[in-house]
Amino acid sequence: MKVERAPRIALRTVALAYLFVLLLVPVGLILFRTFENGIGAFWDQVTTPASISAMALTLEIVAIVVPLNVVFGIFVALALVRGRFRGRGFMQAIVDLPFAVSPVIVGVSLVLLWGVNGWFGGLAEVGIRVIFSLPGMVLATLFVTLPFVVREVEPVLHEIGDEQEQAAATLGANGWQTFWRITLPSIRWGLAYGVVLTVARALGEFGAVSVVSNGVSGQSETLTLLVANRFEDLNLFGSYAAATVLMGFALVALVLMTVFERRSTRA
Amino acid sequence: MPRPATDAVGGAGGPGPSLPPSAPVARRRSRRAVGGVGPLGLGVATLWLSLIVLLPLAAVLVSSLEGGLAGFWDAVSSPPAQRALKLTLTVSAVVTVINAVMGTLIAWVLVRDEFRGKAIVNALIDLPFALPTIVASIVLLALIGANSPIGLDLVATHWAIGIALLFVTLPFVVRSVQPVMLELDRDAEQAAASLGASNATIFRRIVLPALAPALISGAGLAFARAVGEYGSVVLVSGNTPRNQVASQYIADRIETDQPAAAAAMSVTLLLITFAVLLVLRVVAHRRTSREG
Repeated sequence: MKVERAPRIALRTVALAYLFVLLLVPVGLILFRTFENGIGAFWDQVTTPASISAMALTLEIVAIVVPLNVVFGIFVALALVRGRFRGRGFMQAIVDLPFAVSPVIVGVSLVLLWGVNGWFGGLAEVGIRVIFSLPGMVLATLFVTLPFVVREVEPVLHEIGDEQEQAAATLGANGWQTFWRITLPSIRWGLAYGVVLTVARALGEFGAVSVVSNGVSGQSETLTLLVANRFEDLNLFGSYAAATVLMGFALVALVLMTVFERRSTRA
Repeated sequence: MPRPATDAVGGAGGPGPSLPPSAPVARRRSRRAVGGVGPLGLGVATLWLSLIVLLPLAAVLVSSLEGGLAGFWDAVSSPPAQRALKLTLTVSAVVTVINAVMGTLIAWVLVRDEFRGKAIVNALIDLPFALPTIVASIVLLALIGANSPIGLDLVATHWAIGIALLFVTLPFVVRSVQPVMLELDRDAEQAAASLGASNATIFRRIVLPALAPALISGAGLAFARAVGEYGSVVLVSGNTPRNQVASQYIADRIETDQPAAAAAMSVTLLLITFAVLLVLRVVAHRRTSREG
């Protein structure tokens, strides 16, 4: 199919114009609005007590979610690759579930399970609050980020096989030694990629967290909730500033992903 | 893996060094030690998945059926629920069609066209996946909100919801069609052209059929995402009862303490999503089995 010059340029123009209007103009506008009053005004908005506490809470959630997902994600990946058991197909499907479930449904399901009237509502009576406090937000973030580490580590495990591990075991290494010296080093780039995806999603999750948090400023307000709450309080500029911070994080994540992807394909 | 030098010299396909006689013993012992997936590891994995994913979803399912099937039906068929569901499905369907057309066009331009800055445009496609949904929402608000630079105040209209969904679902079709287009066999196109077929005919009879599976898969994923989307819609839809997507309806019900209604709509959305994903899997399976 050889397209003449004129229609080719027409098609190109349509495609680029669509992307320009839908992606570039809005993102550019936000950046412009954020910095039109100078960097000082932006800085003032992102260093308010509410803003700093939102950032601290978001990082706290990330700091809890990432190690848990790394440890249990490796467990699940190992079970899926090395285990021979009935219901492996079922386990595969469960790992993909969080991709298919709307974030709001994740939040609702946690309220119905851990809320005061939920199945585990008894916990509230003994003073353990899950919903409307940190554990709920952690559980919501764990749910939506669960597939990333598993799905990045699994193919690497497949590829390396278990010959080296068997060799190590033959030479007398115990399970832990084999894992630390053989398995972990060979999956490290896949794991790093999965961690970046997890961090990026954990920083940016909104729907699930908004249902299980009451979004009290300075207490249970994450960065994404701050964007929404400031907008509702008609503090549009503050909302833009918080969104710009999140965009910065997303950009860093994109760059790291490119780096790790290159490493893992080279290795 | 490095092979022994003799093997490389001694010709390809030669048998590797034979295993020492003790290998079966070592193998049996190692199977227990390798990777730590004994019954304990398997138990940990199962427990983790159950606690984080399965139990919450089971709670939704049970809550939606608390009033029996009749209660479920009443909750889903109430006028506000119907309105939200209808709006969600209609806008998602329109968005999916636009995605199919524009996504294929963008993929075509990225593969077959040459221009300066193409690599940047290519990288830009992933932007909606990288941005948090609430950022997408506030970003679009700058374009179509009250302070719109193009004088286009669409907030609290169906259009606003559609644009938000177009933004977050943009990469699906492009990223699924693009690799197939790269691999496309151009000989058939040239043969058709030399036989006098017009570009339109070539596209319809040769290019489109080859792209169809990838296009269907990308469009299906975009639809599944659009149906459940919340964050990007939340600031631009106005969230009035008249202009509420299904996910907003669910959030609204749980906030006003009507868990049964929230659960029923959640299960409905999940069923729609699973049905779409199931169809995609069947289509993909059919294709691979036909090729095999």
